[in-house]
Amino acid sequence: MIRVVIPAHLKTLARVDGEIKLEVSPPVTQRSILDALEARYPVLLGTIRDHDTKQRRAFLRFFACEEDWTHEAPDKPLPEAVASGKEPFLVIGAIAGG
Amino acid sequence: MSGVRLLVGTRKGGFVLEADGKREKWSVSGPHFAGWEIYHMKGSPVDPNRIYVSQTSGWFGQMIQRSSDGGKTWEVPGGTEPGPFGQPKMSNRFAYDTSAETGKPLTTHQWYDGTQHPWEFKRVWHLEPSLTDPDTVYAGVEDAALFRTTDAGLSWQELPGLRGHGTGPKWQPGAGGMGLHTIILDPSDPNRIFIAISAAGAFRTDDGGKTWKPINKGLRSQYIPDPDAEIGHCIHHIAMNPKRPGVLFMQKHWDVMRSDNAGDQWREVSGNLPTDFGFVIDVHSHEPETIYVVPIKSDGEHYPPEGKLRVYRSKTGGNEWEPLTKGLPQGNCYVDILRDAMSVDTLDKCGVYFGTTGGQVYASNDAGDTWKAIVHDLPAVLSVEAQTLP
Repeated sequence: MIRVVIPAHLKTLARVDGEIKLEVSPPVTQRSILDALEARYPVLLGTIRDHDTKQRRAFLRFFACEEDWTHEAPDKPLPEAVASGKEPFLVIGAIAGG
Repeated sequence: MSGVRLLVGTRKGGFVLEADGKREKWSVSGPHFAGWEIYHMKGSPVDPNRIYVSQTSGWFGQMIQRSSDGGKTWEVPGGTEPGPFGQPKMSNRFAYDTSAETGKPLTTHQWYDGTQHPWEFKRVWHLEPSLTDPDTVYAGVEDAALFRTTDAGLSWQELPGLRGHGTGPKWQPGAGGMGLHTIILDPSDPNRIFIAISAAGAFRTDDGGKTWKPINKGLRSQYIPDPDAEIGHCIHHIAMNPKRPGVLFMQKHWDVMRSDNAGDQWREVSGNLPTDFGFVIDVHSHEPETIYVVPIKSDGEHYPPEGKLRVYRSKTGGNEWEPLTKGLPQGNCYVDILRDAMSVDTLDKCGVYFGTTGGQVYASNDAGDTWKAIVHDLPAVLSVEAQTLP
């Protein structure tokens, strides 16, 4: 099972607590995880990626295994630790000051 | 006994305030959608328990929420499961119409530097439920366009005739963005809709949204060289008494205006106001010549003149104004009242309500003679809508 952590506001929308566990067929990539996440929780459509272009929303970031994957290709395989469920895939809201 | 429900949108959530017909003691529930910007909440005139909400965030974009029980519980239309044919949720998809069928796949408007800029959806500023069908709602969005749902918010389609009528490439954003912020449905004519855009101006359709005409004659804006410019005016809000739909009142950037022919021609009625800059304007429910504004010092200083929060009322349809101050702070008050943050109920006497950027919501249960703060410390108020409950 893939482990996914999403921001608090999106947890509220999806009505989930804590980490989300998803079945994702290999290869495990940003795109395959987000496809599975949106299929399981349709309420999240459009909140992480654009409905049509599937572009990441500007103020969200993707992390895995303490590395920033935000600007990596969406179909690049994620580390084995994510694919095996040892490490979560993190969706994080960018920090805004003020 | 009948009552009143106030739907209050703020920078950090939505609130529902309720009172009985006396409108003296209020209950407060919220924040709903805590932490999100709630630009607008509005109930269906057909079914007051059906409420629609524009919930928006710089991080997560646009959401539409819906209640069927007067704001006790909420749902994202289609958000919990795929639709009947397995289609994904589309209730927050506001895609501009670029189809060839419209004949005008308009994709750019004027940008701050004078160049053309692609139309980009940012958020829903205003939701206007149909006067006859609780599942039909109009949405005014930034970048300016008009959308409509006929399935209670599950999906939204643009009415492309507005952007496509010809002046679209000349529209440009005001400092707050290029938002379509005012939608008025004419109760006497289902095909007539009025809208206003900052900073393009006011428009009217008489054929249900297929075609539109600018209705800005008589407006004078000092920053526009052509005094008779068809578009480019920074309209802040328009109000209408439903019992007299041909008469419109407008708070423009500067100037309070009036039209007696459905917007075909406007004339200034600022009269003796201490300043005619402001954002809100509304009309008494039972006296169509009684109107309310809250003067703001200037476009550079968005707070009441002299630090005194005063609603001004005209009982003569404009020009002659009286300050209403009882219960309002008359010193050291430097809040703003944004364009969608005033509303009236339909009880007798008419209730008048407004919210401030300082988080106060003020209520008057006697048509403005006296005021009382229902709440003092909400987040900055973006919108206030009053529902009169049976």
